[in-house]
Amino acid sequence: MTKKITIALAGNPNAGKTSLFNHLTGARAHVGNYPGVTVQKKEGRLQHDGYEIHVVDLPGTYSLTAYSLEELVARNFILEERPDVVVDVVDAANLDRNLYLALQFMEIGVPLVIALNMMDMAESIGLKIDLEKLKTLLGVEVVPTVARQGKGLDRLLDTVVRVAEADHEWRPKNIRYGPDLDLKIREISDLLMRSRFPTDKYPARWLAVKCLEGDQEVLNLVGRDEAVGRKIKTAVEELTRHLRATLDDEPEGIIADQRYGFIASVTKQAVTSEGDFRRTISDKIDLVLLNRLLGPIILLAILYSIYNLIFWISGAPVAWFEVFFTWLGGAATSIMPEGLLQSLVVSGLIDGVGGVIGFVPLIAFMFFAIAILEDSGYLARIAFIMDRILRTFGLHGNSVLALMIGGGIAGGCAVPGVLAARTLRDPKERLATIMVTPLMNCGAKLPVYAVLIAAFFARHEGRMLFLLTLISWSLALISARILRWTVLRGEHTPFVMELPPYRLPTFRGLLIHSWERVWEYIKKAGTIILAISVIIWALMTFPALPEDVVEDFQNQRSRAEQAFLAGPGGKILPDLEALHQFNEYYQLIQAQKIKKAGEDSQAEYHSLARAALGLAQEGPLCPELKAYYAPAQGYLNYRQRLQEIGAEEAGLALRRSLGGRLGLLLEKITRPLGFDWRTNIALVGGFAAKEVVISTLGTAYSLSETEEEASKSLAEKLASQPGWNPLTAFTLILFVMVYSPCVATLVVIVREAGWSWGLFAMLYTTVLAYLLTLATAQIGGVLGLGV
Amino acid sequence: MTIISMRHMNSGEKGTIVKVRAQGEMNRRLRDMGLVTGTEIFIQGRAPLNDPVNIKVRGNNLTLRNNEADFIEVEVDR
Repeated sequence: MTKKITIALAGNPNAGKTSLFNHLTGARAHVGNYPGVTVQKKEGRLQHDGYEIHVVDLPGTYSLTAYSLEELVARNFILEERPDVVVDVVDAANLDRNLYLALQFMEIGVPLVIALNMMDMAESIGLKIDLEKLKTLLGVEVVPTVARQGKGLDRLLDTVVRVAEADHEWRPKNIRYGPDLDLKIREISDLLMRSRFPTDKYPARWLAVKCLEGDQEVLNLVGRDEAVGRKIKTAVEELTRHLRATLDDEPEGIIADQRYGFIASVTKQAVTSEGDFRRTISDKIDLVLLNRLLGPIILLAILYSIYNLIFWISGAPVAWFEVFFTWLGGAATSIMPEGLLQSLVVSGLIDGVGGVIGFVPLIAFMFFAIAILEDSGYLARIAFIMDRILRTFGLHGNSVLALMIGGGIAGGCAVPGVLAARTLRDPKERLATIMVTPLMNCGAKLPVYAVLIAAFFARHEGRMLFLLTLISWSLALISARILRWTVLRGEHTPFVMELPPYRLPTFRGLLIHSWERVWEYIKKAGTIILAISVIIWALMTFPALPEDVVEDFQNQRSRAEQAFLAGPGGKILPDLEALHQFNEYYQLIQAQKIKKAGEDSQAEYHSLARAALGLAQEGPLCPELKAYYAPAQGYLNYRQRLQEIGAEEAGLALRRSLGGRLGLLLEKITRPLGFDWRTNIALVGGFAAKEVVISTLGTAYSLSETEEEASKSLAEKLASQPGWNPLTAFTLILFVMVYSPCVATLVVIVREAGWSWGLFAMLYTTVLAYLLTLATAQIGGVLGLGV
Repeated sequence: MTIISMRHMNSGEKGTIVKVRAQGEMNRRLRDMGLVTGTEIFIQGRAPLNDPVNIKVRGNNLTLRNNEADFIEVEVDR
């Protein structure tokens, strides 16, 4: 039987924890949440040397305080789940600060293995690390690794297995904090040992140190026994007073200083460095990219070229998908018998999903670009450059991360965007960021923009998208400022942040990174969107027209047929049977499936069809078909009439359906915006997920389409519709950008911030969208743009 | 040797932290990132609007806002 080991992967952000995790588990990670909180939990499994190793990825942290959710989650996992080994990924080029976290694990006492990562980087900046000495001085195993290249992993796993096999005794390390503190630490830990507090689960000395640090979580924990809690509180207050008087400092400040003091004494012996403030390659790049004049210009240029590049690269695959789904729709129409099922498959399923999946390449390349920004280290620079401006609007430099992932560079997703707001510590800055992130141009809005832009602003694709990005940023910032002045008043929190050195992202890392997000999108498209496409199709199909109305249309069709038979065409096609036969023949000719006349009986059909086709295409007249032109004209009139009847019937059916009635009902409110009932149905569908707007518009128009229009793309269809003009398109784009976040985003907001904030997000955005588009439509109308 | 607040240091200037006067979370955060008494720092540069500041600490780059730099007293060679 294989033996099982559980290891927890910990480390500072940017220390290479994700690379190590991906290399260890081959990215076959199970992604979930830690119980009760929304911090992402990644788990994976691997086999090594007859052991099954279960790897849990802890959130990246600098410390183990109670100040942030991530740090709490990390330390509670260690204390509650008691993994066999903690592997702390330590950035060798940043040893002091990284050991600060390692030291805190050692104080808890959990068996620890340090993965001394990025050894190559450390060497390149002139650091020499004596591994044996480091090991001896710290008293834990140290294994050098280069996680990006997967180097040193075997040795790391050997060591992990050895440490896990040794014993399961926790041996908390005692750091000397100076006479005053050491005395109090012993006093409090003795107190805890004597009480009934489970000190076998929580090391007593560690608890004592945390009490002195003023850690609220631990203070609450030990305060459960009121007598003990009171005594501890007195002891802490006593010491705090004493230290303020003698050293002009807080206990927690001194504790941190002493930890760094211990680390410094270790690194002084184990590390030799050439020069303190050497300019690294990264610094040289920053001279340009963070230059006070060039920096912002380059930032804008990079963002602008990302759009253009992404649209350019994804153009071809997007077209392939479009062709494929058009073909699929056509194939389904010809294979399946006409009726409800065909309508469901073609208008509900294929149109709905095709409209969404068709944009996967666009979104994939977009995520890929975001991954490059993230992995290269440039995203932190964006926060640095943007902070002063964002702070003006009551946000934090790190809000830029949420806004970017939410669609700041057109094509993110508000769901991970809202989740990324967790990097903000201050609840008010975080809430403000969460509230405005859905205003960004997420990947689901892009298909809507793309269709409308293609239809009405085809020659300005790049510029329009850039304009839309500016609009959404302005709206988000202004809304944030207003929120921070009104419902979310409060102070700023620390910005202190790391600028990681630039790194060339590894292709593998980028792929894993962007694939995870694309897969999320596809899954969403495949499940929610499909379900909603079907619901919307049902909304627009039922209830069906009453029989007498259908009969009335049937009678109109018969009258058109009779009118044709009474005309000159009646000589060639004497009865209804012949007319219906010819209809099929004409369709084949149209589809260019028949090039030459076949049997003798068909020779006349062929000539008539050619004549009709010639007239329809307004081509030059052929003298030898002269006799056929009059009947051909009659035939074309008959077809025209049939199409009009069909469109009228489909339009009436849609109008009378549930969706149509809802759309009509809303028309009263949306008429000033220039939206008709079809747009209204689409917008209602968009509540569920914004990309549905386009598939619903597609369904709405394909349901009332005439055969001539069947092969046109939605963009062309919209452009040729009466009542649609560039102003309507632009107004709709604005409305889609701003109005209520999709259900998925709302679900996440509710989980992150509670029901009332979810509801607030839905209402304020919709009101804002209405007012904004109303102003646009009215002003645009006055300026005469709505033509 | 003079003691000034970090806000008033010039780009390219070196110094040693003598005191961190922040309290509570700010205090913790500054120290978590390695800004403790006795640490040598180097002002690497500033953002376009003069704020935040980019500093080098123990061979790595950190950024902090000017109103955060106010908490840190630095001994400089002037």
